[in-house]
Amino acid sequence: MEKRVLITGNEAIGAGAIAAGCDCYFGYPITPQNELTAYMSRWMPAEGRTFVQAESEISAINMVYGASATGARAMTSSSSPGISLKQEGISYLAGSELPAVIANVQRGGPGLGNIEPAQGDYFQAVKGGGHGDYHVIVLAPASVQEMYDLTMLAFDLADRWRNPALVLADGRLGQMMEPLIPHKRSRKRNLPPKDWALTGAKNREKRVVKSFYPAIGELEDYNKHLTSKYRNIQRRETRAEEYFTEDAEVVLVAFGTVARLCREVVRKARKKGLPVGLLRPITLWPFPAMHFEKLAFRAKAFLVVEMNAGQMVEDVRLATSCRLPVSFYGRMGGGVPEIAEIYRRTRKLLMSVSIKAAS
Amino acid sequence: MITPLINIDSCKGCGLCISFCPKDALGFSHEINARGVHYAESVNPENCTGCGICYNMCPDAVIEIVEKEAVKAGV
Amino acid sequence: MGKVHQFKRPKTLLEVDSHYCAGCGHGILHRIMAELIDELDLRSRIVGIAPVGCAVLAYNYLDIDMSEAAHGRVPSVATGIKRSHPELLVFGYQGDGDLASIGTAEIIHAANRGENYTTIFVNNCVYGMTGGQMAPTTLPGQRTATSPLGRDTATMGAPVRVCEMLNTLENPFLLVRTALDGPAGVRTTKKWIREALLGQGADRGFSLIEVLSPCPTYWRMTPEQSIEHIKTTVKKYYPTGVFRHAEKEGEGCLSA
Repeated sequence: MEKRVLITGNEAIGAGAIAAGCDCYFGYPITPQNELTAYMSRWMPAEGRTFVQAESEISAINMVYGASATGARAMTSSSSPGISLKQEGISYLAGSELPAVIANVQRGGPGLGNIEPAQGDYFQAVKGGGHGDYHVIVLAPASVQEMYDLTMLAFDLADRWRNPALVLADGRLGQMMEPLIPHKRSRKRNLPPKDWALTGAKNREKRVVKSFYPAIGELEDYNKHLTSKYRNIQRRETRAEEYFTEDAEVVLVAFGTVARLCREVVRKARKKGLPVGLLRPITLWPFPAMHFEKLAFRAKAFLVVEMNAGQMVEDVRLATSCRLPVSFYGRMGGGVPEIAEIYRRTRKLLMSVSIKAAS
Repeated sequence: MITPLINIDSCKGCGLCISFCPKDALGFSHEINARGVHYAESVNPENCTGCGICYNMCPDAVIEIVEKEAVKAGV
Repeated sequence: MGKVHQFKRPKTLLEVDSHYCAGCGHGILHRIMAELIDELDLRSRIVGIAPVGCAVLAYNYLDIDMSEAAHGRVPSVATGIKRSHPELLVFGYQGDGDLASIGTAEIIHAANRGENYTTIFVNNCVYGMTGGQMAPTTLPGQRTATSPLGRDTATMGAPVRVCEMLNTLENPFLLVRTALDGPAGVRTTKKWIREALLGQGADRGFSLIEVLSPCPTYWRMTPEQSIEHIKTTVKKYYPTGVFRHAEKEGEGCLSA
């Protein structure tokens, strides 16, 4: 019997980071992720690693920049308003090709919002957030186990691609408790050496970590290098989970907490013999467009369910080239969809596409 | 004999070496360098004591103080 | 005749013509840093952090590992570097906007945590890179691009004295203000930066050397006049001196 620990999702992020060999954690308190900063303040020093409570989220992301520049595995976390503060720093990390892990335990917005769970930062995470042409790899856990596993994966992907990686969770995932099976994974897994890191110019040329390319033409060339990297990431790193999609006529699309609810809706529907399935993106960037392209030939409609005013639904429409009806159901400002309501709308959609097919 | 050796084309003509030299050994050249400025040059090299003030005040490290014989030898 | 000193361009100062204006204090400070890195043989174990400001390209002039930082965030980047690699010597190089405006929180908190790195704070009373705007350190009555009629302290605030402000904190071990107001000032500045680096090597904690520096271009003066201006006017507002020099606790370990 494997060892199981009953733990909050927030702490599972911390446990995953420590297991992944995170050297430095720089954080600042904000609800609903304070269990993570508290966990790190206790366990990072206990493991001989570095913990600093910075004076602000801005300072914390810049501490990550410094630590990462030396080749260390560095991480920060926050929730929506604090992630907004970090955007310049994240753009700098991407622009300097520095690996880093950022965890966003989303809450209701915009502005101060509230402290309830939400998914309103999808656009911010996936479409940029900060200035310039760049992407961060975005991973969306849907369980406490995935909070742990995907944080570990985030460190590896960040190192493999020299890019920031963001774990996009929400306040419910962060504060709920589930059993976690911790496991140790080797840090060095076919990862490229950090021959760019600032370690003191001993018997070698000096190195500079920067994102500033003022000479004419230089920055355009550099951007071509970055966009080529992002294309490679899109080819190689998409991840999604399909649940009963083989013969589904209506496919629910959701990530994170909402995916858990949709899984339950699919179970209910299948008990009644209704052809319903769930496509759960695990990487939000790169978006698993291929999965949608394939499903668009089999299914009759998508129902995208989110805790926002409609963000991922736009990417679903793009990925299906609007070939199929893509409906949306969302709750905003910290509201969480209810299984019964999702089920009701799923049935309604199913009936309307079946009628269309029959006519 | 010691003397300041100035990298002519790197000199920006700020004049700090000239104004701080306690022995009036330096002055602005009548010529201009590749930058288009009147660069500093030794005007009274026999006055130079090798104090290093010109070197210390130069923001561009274009002055070195050398043995004149070494200069003659083309070092 | 006795032995003659030969003053040579330090090796660590790369053979590159800098973009700095004629008579700019940055050039003198970069040379001082390069001299110290040569003299103390630090190249293999030092990392510098460049600011946003005139010195944004400092990493093109010094032959050492260097990082950029977002505007104002040098102390945080320094914290990240030093905490993950405490064996490295780390210095942050910041101007008045970077340190005393957008970066006010960062420098206070890095100083307060006693982060073991050295800050060189270049105070020239103006924002150079962006075209000569008012800085928190601009003197009362000084005309700048954003105080064209002269700084009016009633509506624009009075100059900020960083050394005095940081001197209210418990942790810093060295807080000194010097001035590039002549050869003696240049030598004093080098002496205190050396002290700061040696102290960092002995894990003494946070050090900051504030250097009053000339900006002939935006002071609308010749280089010679700007040095004089520091002596007669700038120093009156920012007195030079040692504000904090905590007792020595042990030997420096830079030779290790």
